[in-house]
Amino acid sequence: MTSFTRRIALTAVAAAAFASLPAFAAEKVNLGVSIPAATHSFMGGINYWANQAKKDLEKEHKDLKITIKTAANAPEQANQLQDLSTVTKINALVVFPFESAALTKPVAQVKAKGAYVTVVDRGLTDTSAQDAYVAGDNTAFGRIPAEYIAKQLGGKGNVVALRGIATTLDNERMDAFNAVLKNHPDIKLLDAKYANWNRDDAFKVTQDYLTRFKNIDAIWAADDDMAVGVLKAIEQAKRDDIKIVFGGAGAKGMVKSIMDGKDKRIGADVSYSPKFIYDAIKLTAEARLKGEKLPATTIIPSVLITKENAKDFYHPNSPF
Amino acid sequence: MPPEQQTPAPQPEGAQHRGENKPRWTERLHGLGPVIGLVLLCIAGTLLNSDFATVDNAMNVLTRTAFIGIIAVGMCFVIISGGIDLSVGSMAALIAGSVIMFINWAGPASGSPLMAVVMGAVLAVVLGALFGLAHGLLITKGRIEPFIVTLGTLGIFRAYLTYFADGGALTLDNDLSDLYAPVYYASLAGIPVPVWVFVIVAIIGGVILNRTAYGRYVQAIGSNEQVARYAAVDVDRVKILTYVLLGVCVGIATLLYVPRLGSASPTTGLLWELEAIAAVIVGGTALKGGAGSITGTVVGAILLSVISNILNLTSIISVYLNAAVQGFVIIIVAFLQRGRR
Repeated sequence: MTSFTRRIALTAVAAAAFASLPAFAAEKVNLGVSIPAATHSFMGGINYWANQAKKDLEKEHKDLKITIKTAANAPEQANQLQDLSTVTKINALVVFPFESAALTKPVAQVKAKGAYVTVVDRGLTDTSAQDAYVAGDNTAFGRIPAEYIAKQLGGKGNVVALRGIATTLDNERMDAFNAVLKNHPDIKLLDAKYANWNRDDAFKVTQDYLTRFKNIDAIWAADDDMAVGVLKAIEQAKRDDIKIVFGGAGAKGMVKSIMDGKDKRIGADVSYSPKFIYDAIKLTAEARLKGEKLPATTIIPSVLITKENAKDFYHPNSPF
Repeated sequence: MPPEQQTPAPQPEGAQHRGENKPRWTERLHGLGPVIGLVLLCIAGTLLNSDFATVDNAMNVLTRTAFIGIIAVGMCFVIISGGIDLSVGSMAALIAGSVIMFINWAGPASGSPLMAVVMGAVLAVVLGALFGLAHGLLITKGRIEPFIVTLGTLGIFRAYLTYFADGGALTLDNDLSDLYAPVYYASLAGIPVPVWVFVIVAIIGGVILNRTAYGRYVQAIGSNEQVARYAAVDVDRVKILTYVLLGVCVGIATLLYVPRLGSASPTTGLLWELEAIAAVIVGGTALKGGAGSITGTVVGAILLSVISNILNLTSIISVYLNAAVQGFVIIIVAFLQRGRR
């Protein structure tokens, strides 16, 4: 509420300043947003929410200009950062780095030219290149499904896991998952294989799990895209021993399934919404308009999505 | 290097090898590389996990091989003729997306969901043929390197799919999806439909390559394009047809792929081009063209899926090293059948 009143006050002040001193408009925030191109659903969501933020925030704040650039790879993103800095002359940047190490120097250069830098999700290898860091909670992303599965199975059963692509982010999630299972000695993690956050690979890996293990109680798909492949493989093998399929990230299809409650195996999900780019842009823009700083680290919490709260996470217009 | 390959006159590079001058058995032995590799892998798989040798597992592996295998059969023609196509993965993804959009639209619009699905399947093949035709025309009439043309379309196809899908996924409507599902999930005489289609495509491919004049033209062009031209072979037409054939294969693979997950996203078909090319090369076809075999290609494609299947069925190797194992096997098999180039 306070932020709302502050925002109104700010808008009023800005409007007044704009009306009385058109030649001396208050210092504008020229915000650059640099994100990876929409090459998979999650990045599709990131692109959608970034554009949504531009639409909402530019309408709300007259002194805000947002420029969004999408890059297909790390070198392209580095070039775009240069352009944003020298051509667009941004004074604030929200960047979702393609790779941590490769983008550290280019981001540091933008900061050296005086722009305020917020890094989203994938961190930089040198944190002095950023002013603020906004991310999803990867530990909770692994912890919450493990707790849910343990509770639903009554502390006893066989579990298999599908991992994403071999990255530190994936290790963090897997470690958090394993840490919970340690407290439940009767739950056996039979195996964890990479399925690359990809439906097709998840289909194959699950087929092979089903061949190999005669009794599986729960599958941690660790991603909603992969969960689609998992469900199809179970359907094809006509197996009915699997009681839980737990995805991750809160894709709209999966959230809809939870709302409808049609599939008993899909009772919950954990949020890791691409909407955090929206939050990062909003937080950065509004702080800069007030000349304030963000806290060094903001973690957008990952929470358990169940039938009760699913509608808060359902965004039918988002591609994700 | 092997002595039996010495001939009195120095052969021009890339000359078609002539079987009658050489002992047939050595050539056959070289050609057996992928088969030996596959047999060794299967023995290893059975030793590591007794479930490997079950019929269900074999059917799973063959079914998932079908997509890459069918594309690889078409790719075999293109590579033998001296060309390459880097775009097949993106092409498959775009075709899958287009077919899903079409069926979703035509289902309610035409009033006959079954008709919509059938027309969607036809559309997959037609689109594949058209894309292949475009490649062929650009390469022959436009005189652009196949590598460049297909590198360009690789980006174009995937970008359009991403655009149509709005960065997310295109998904088949539920009822239509159920109607289409048997194309992937049903079996005839205990063998899944995709495997049947794979077998039929491979047989047709083998017949075209080895028993028709067209097949011989393809090999002749790959061996030496100038000589083929002097021999009054319509080089452009033959080349265009190889790309159309490949496009049709991609279309067939896609019409089998769509019912599997009922959706296409920008990650659909990622790196399929490399898998298909790897299957062709592991199967004993020379990357620079001239000679190759459909049987080898089929074995090569199966071999590649068996590797990942074995890795999934066991957990002795660190998951970080999966890709390395695949790389080692590809190189070893290529080593077993060296000397054919």
